Amino acid sequence: MIELICIGCPKGCKLLVDENNDHSVTGHSCQIGVEYGRNEVLNPTRVLTTIVKIENGIHNCLPVKSSKPLPKNKLIEASRFLKDIVVKSPVKTNQVIVKNILDTGIDIIATRDM
Amino acid sequence: MYDLIVIGAGPAGLSAALTAYEKGLKKILVVERDKEMGGILNQCIHNGFGLHLFKEELTGPEFAGKFIEKIKETNIEIMLDTMVLKLDENKNIYILNTKGYQKLSAKAIILAMGCRERTRGAIATPGDRGAGVYTAGAAQRYMNMDGYSVGNKVVILGSGDIGLIMARRMTLEGAKVLACVEINPYSAGLRRNIKQCLEDFNIPLYLSHTITDIKCTNNRVSKVIVSKVDEAYNTIKDSEIEIECDTVLLSIGLIPENELSKEANITIDQRTKGPVVYENMETSVEGIFCCGNVVQVHDLADNVALEAKKAALAACKYVLNERTFEREIKVEVNKPISYTVPQKIHLPIDEKLIDISFRTNKILGKCVIKVVNSSGEVICKYPREYVIPAELEKINIPVSLIKDEKNNITIFIEED
Repeated sequence: MIELICIGCPKGCKLLVDENNDHSVTGHSCQIGVEYGRNEVLNPTRVLTTIVKIENGIHNCLPVKSSKPLPKNKLIEASRFLKDIVVKSPVKTNQVIVKNILDTGIDIIATRDM
Repeated sequence: MYDLIVIGAGPAGLSAALTAYEKGLKKILVVERDKEMGGILNQCIHNGFGLHLFKEELTGPEFAGKFIEKIKETNIEIMLDTMVLKLDENKNIYILNTKGYQKLSAKAIILAMGCRERTRGAIATPGDRGAGVYTAGAAQRYMNMDGYSVGNKVVILGSGDIGLIMARRMTLEGAKVLACVEINPYSAGLRRNIKQCLEDFNIPLYLSHTITDIKCTNNRVSKVIVSKVDEAYNTIKDSEIEIECDTVLLSIGLIPENELSKEANITIDQRTKGPVVYENMETSVEGIFCCGNVVQVHDLADNVALEAKKAALAACKYVLNERTFEREIKVEVNKPISYTVPQKIHLPIDEKLIDISFRTNKILGKCVIKVVNSSGEVICKYPREYVIPAELEKINIPVSLIKDEKNNITIFIEED
């Protein structure tokens, strides 16, 4: 049994994942917990939220996120890659900033207008 | 004369203004001291917002964006870069911006000023006074909006959510977060944040520990001394750990920002540091309402926005003269409950349920929350698997059960 805290919502359910029984999940309050529990053991992922530099914006930085959860072990590498990205204002929410980051098939998108 | 003036354009203020607009108030003004709407959400670039309100996981800026877009479709007046210098009991505000000084009046006011961070001074951490000591939220703004690097080797004091979120942020930006130090035997942050911000990056959490000395070299933090504390929070001798670092982030709590409220003679609850409120979020001054972190520190922006709706509905009723109540009762608490919001209830009211939120000051396992009337009868019970200080607890009491009450109700918890 693997004990986990679900990060799907602020409730933070205590999950038990049975690695000897098809990774079945108990302790969840909703479907998010079942999916999180399985994924966390088999292929942990996280949505990356960070910033890129922006020129002529109201601030120096534009907040961005990965359009889908990235493999957990790619987070730091992706974050490092984004350090050198500079965009120009105006940018719209959901605009693609980096396509297919690190060949993951996942895009980095803006999370606000600027 | 405005129907409604809202002070603050964060999640509370924006949600309140929109609700008041939807309910038919015509002349609404929102005053904001920053250069844009959104408040603290603009620097909270992480996700986890909106699950309750929008049924999807949003980042802070996305959550704010939902409100800002809607506001832009209305004729709600937004005054940015404007500081409210004073509020008085007659619902006048005195403001200052680049156009000068102005007095504005409204039929109702909603306070949505939020809170600010406790600083090193508040907990009197000894040591040198060099650069490199930041409150977690200030560091968050420097990093996420201004684009400054805050430090390379970091120790976080306090395990509040902002500190935990910053532990992850700084790690992703290439800094080394060496420890998160919490004086209490439990974390002040949400469990999911302990998991995804500390454990994901193998950052050690030292419970029942605190920073007892900060050393600087060339006017920059170079080392902290971390000591274990006992149950009475006294440091334990010879338990010191030395950690070499260049940055200390303080995540040691938030204080509702009520200078304006105090000047308007609004009664402040010393436990919450926010105004004493009724079930409709009205303060002790008739026609002045409040919502969000200016009332009490919330865990979630979603709940702030919901509380703001309640305040706005009540402000509409006040402006439109639709109030029903004749008397009030008090909400009392027993230990280990620290306080409740609201502290008072108007009666009679049209609503079917009254939401009451509170925090405890210790961790409880399986327990039952009970509400007792002034004759000593238990009128409702709420079983819980656990109650912890890091999570705002909520119950709702059917109004039918207290409609004849004349004095007070008391809330207490019994552990199984």
